[in-house]
Amino acid sequence: MKILATVKRVTDPDMKIKIKPDETGVVTEGVEYKMNSFDEYGVEEAISIKEEHGGEVVVVSIGPAASTKELRTAMAMGADRAILVETDQDLDSDAVARVLTEVVGREEPDVIVMGKQSVDSDRNQAAQLLASYLGWPQATFAFNVDISDGWATVGREVDGGTSTKRIELPGIITADLRLNEPRYASLPGIMKAKRKPLDTLTPDELGVDIAPRVNVLKFEAPEEREAGEILEDVDELVDRLQNEANVI
Amino acid sequence: MANVLVVAEHVDGVLRKVTRSAITFAREAAALTGGNVEVLLLGSDVDNIAEELSTSGVSRVLYANDPAYAHYLAENYAPAIAAAAEEIDAAIVCSPSSTTGKDMLPRVAAKLEAGMVSDAISVENDDGLKFRRPLWAGNVITTVEVVTPVKVVSVRTTDFEASESTSDAAPVEAFDPGTGAADGVEFVSFDQVKSERPELTDAEVVVAGGRGLGSGDNFEMIMKLADSLKGAVGATRAAVDSGYAPNDWQIGQTGKVVAPQLYFAIAISGAIQHLAGMKGSKNIVAINKDPEAPIFQVSDYGLVADAFEVVPELTEKLQKVLD
Repeated sequence: MKILATVKRVTDPDMKIKIKPDETGVVTEGVEYKMNSFDEYGVEEAISIKEEHGGEVVVVSIGPAASTKELRTAMAMGADRAILVETDQDLDSDAVARVLTEVVGREEPDVIVMGKQSVDSDRNQAAQLLASYLGWPQATFAFNVDISDGWATVGREVDGGTSTKRIELPGIITADLRLNEPRYASLPGIMKAKRKPLDTLTPDELGVDIAPRVNVLKFEAPEEREAGEILEDVDELVDRLQNEANVI
Repeated sequence: MANVLVVAEHVDGVLRKVTRSAITFAREAAALTGGNVEVLLLGSDVDNIAEELSTSGVSRVLYANDPAYAHYLAENYAPAIAAAAEEIDAAIVCSPSSTTGKDMLPRVAAKLEAGMVSDAISVENDDGLKFRRPLWAGNVITTVEVVTPVKVVSVRTTDFEASESTSDAAPVEAFDPGTGAADGVEFVSFDQVKSERPELTDAEVVVAGGRGLGSGDNFEMIMKLADSLKGAVGATRAAVDSGYAPNDWQIGQTGKVVAPQLYFAIAISGAIQHLAGMKGSKNIVAINKDPEAPIFQVSDYGLVADAFEVVPELTEKLQKVLD
């Protein structure tokens, strides 16, 4: 079974994001980057599918040359090889999906595992767009995946509870939090990853026009809440809720 | 081409209130485009919902009553929504940014060759339609424009009031998308968390607990406080990750966004990923034994105290006031 997983290089989610004074983007100087956390769950799932069913795990990233670091991390976890579609442009989800459509056309995987969203742009679109462009079924927000007889049975996190869906492969799965515990790269894994193949392509070479359908015009900080008061005790809290906030 | 199509969301034969917030967004958008708001209902024998929608502030209800839509599947819903959008010449197609909306709308966008805005919090006309949306866990708000003729939008429903019922009923018309059921996909089950409590996204009061509670059993006191106020129970991602609470309770960047009248953050430190899901709340109460916890930077009222001591006391004293 050939499994394709996607990896996005994102700003470290624990760092404070600063907006450029001219509101055209966020400050990138001094910012640290890491693999999108949901993609870690996706890569882990891809590797565990391979461990159960055999085959190959190919990881793909779209982004600047520096994204090779995150691809090496995925290969250190256990992915077999990597493809970087190199661009310094910040693609919208539609362009990401169209680039991936071409990569999938070349690789012909049986299943694709992606993070449910990236923690920088928070769009939650690329996998579903890709599924539509490929004409494949999708199982988003997965917390459990079971593959047998060419179908994936997927437990999904949905509003109000959980849901189970079966999709015939090839299909796309997106990873949610409870899916697995991503493994750490071992030292031998890291050494091995250095020698694993990493191919670099460009959107041009894939014949994809990456012009956006959604243009970002302005970046702003949200309105900040003002810190309130520290109260003495429960009695004061009840009194304030009742007589000041009028919510009890 | 100026009409706005809203896709209604329902569960267990009941219209979800988030649909009414999406209708409010749609009305604001239609006022700018000069079109009508029409709502699409996909389902099987949900005439009661069609009737409710007819007085929800829309111009028309398109009702596709078909067993193929008895259970939600993106593969069946998306083509039907795209067909309805073409039928009414929609400029904007929207739905709540729920798990269903997030799952199906990109497929609709792909079919309509449309750009999509996720989690819109506003729409305005400033030399063309502009939408604002949060990203980076709510630490950044961007203003975006969609360059395609049709625009697909998932609506962050906490930023729009629920549309009020009208006395006049809009027409309900049968709609046959003619798109049928997709191959290679099967609905197996929807396992609803049965609860007497209100839905998190609808609740006036939310009581949320963090990893600081130390165990799932300790969520018991969170539930008691929530029940005394007829509120919903929430949790941080860390508490969900630790197995203390179901994922459906998760509030934050990767969970639900809530904006109740009153929010209790109990044993929650206040990571930015959690704040992304609750800082729109009208009144925030934080209880944490660490005076340096970032949650106190966004709370209206704070108690620096051990949750295990003060939450039962608070529940008891609130109960007395309510009685």
